[in-house]
Amino acid sequence: MSASESPKRSLRTPLGRVRNLGAAHSGTSDFWRQRITAVAMTLLMIPALVIIVMLLGRNQVYAAQTLSSIPVAVILLLFIFASAWHMKIGMQVVIEDYVHNEKLKLVSIMLNNFFSVAVALASTYAILKLSSGV
Amino acid sequence: MQVYRWTLTMALSIIHRATGIALYFGTLLLVWWLVAAASGPAAYAHVQAFAGSIIGRLIVFGYTWALMHHMLSGIRHFVWDLGYGFKANEREALTWGALIGGIALTVLIWIVAYANGGGR
Repeated sequence: MSASESPKRSLRTPLGRVRNLGAAHSGTSDFWRQRITAVAMTLLMIPALVIIVMLLGRNQVYAAQTLSSIPVAVILLLFIFASAWHMKIGMQVVIEDYVHNEKLKLVSIMLNNFFSVAVALASTYAILKLSSGV
Repeated sequence: MQVYRWTLTMALSIIHRATGIALYFGTLLLVWWLVAAASGPAAYAHVQAFAGSIIGRLIVFGYTWALMHHMLSGIRHFVWDLGYGFKANEREALTWGALIGGIALTVLIWIVAYANGGGR
């Protein structure tokens, strides 16, 4: 929608509309989200590691009990949410760098989205199932 | 690529990507562990048997290193994003820090893990 085609009049200049959008047309949002999720995971790393180390060698009953406690569940949910988002963006960057065939690139990016969402949903479902105690 | 003198920061840039890709597929282990915990004792025993085996331990050890290295290397990128650490000596120090720190943290985590019953 260029200014000449648009029936609506806008005070925004053409430069203002495209500024910061870049080659991907989505602007710098992925760059920014990559950093937010990275910082989130770095902050959550110690609690997440403590939880995992606590559960080493323990049986399923103990693990299920620990994983269903609210702070543990919330920490892991946050960590998984940040991880899935971060890895989706990271893998997309790798795909865009190395896959030059347009169709293959499209398929790869779709598969990347499916994989990342599946990882996030499966983990979330497991934690919520443990937390609900069914 | 052949015309470039291979530098440490170049190697670490590739390792950052490689560890990222490894961690990407490694999340399947995390999913397997959580889904098994939610499924019951039999499924959980399978995960434990795998994680306790020699191959399982090697994979989890490699995963620990990839995670620690990627995190420290990522912090290095974050410092650069903020506009610091671009002088030659700072650049090298950050890079060596990520390399040595990643190995040190991995060993530390495994010592703590074994002390807390990882050998159970």
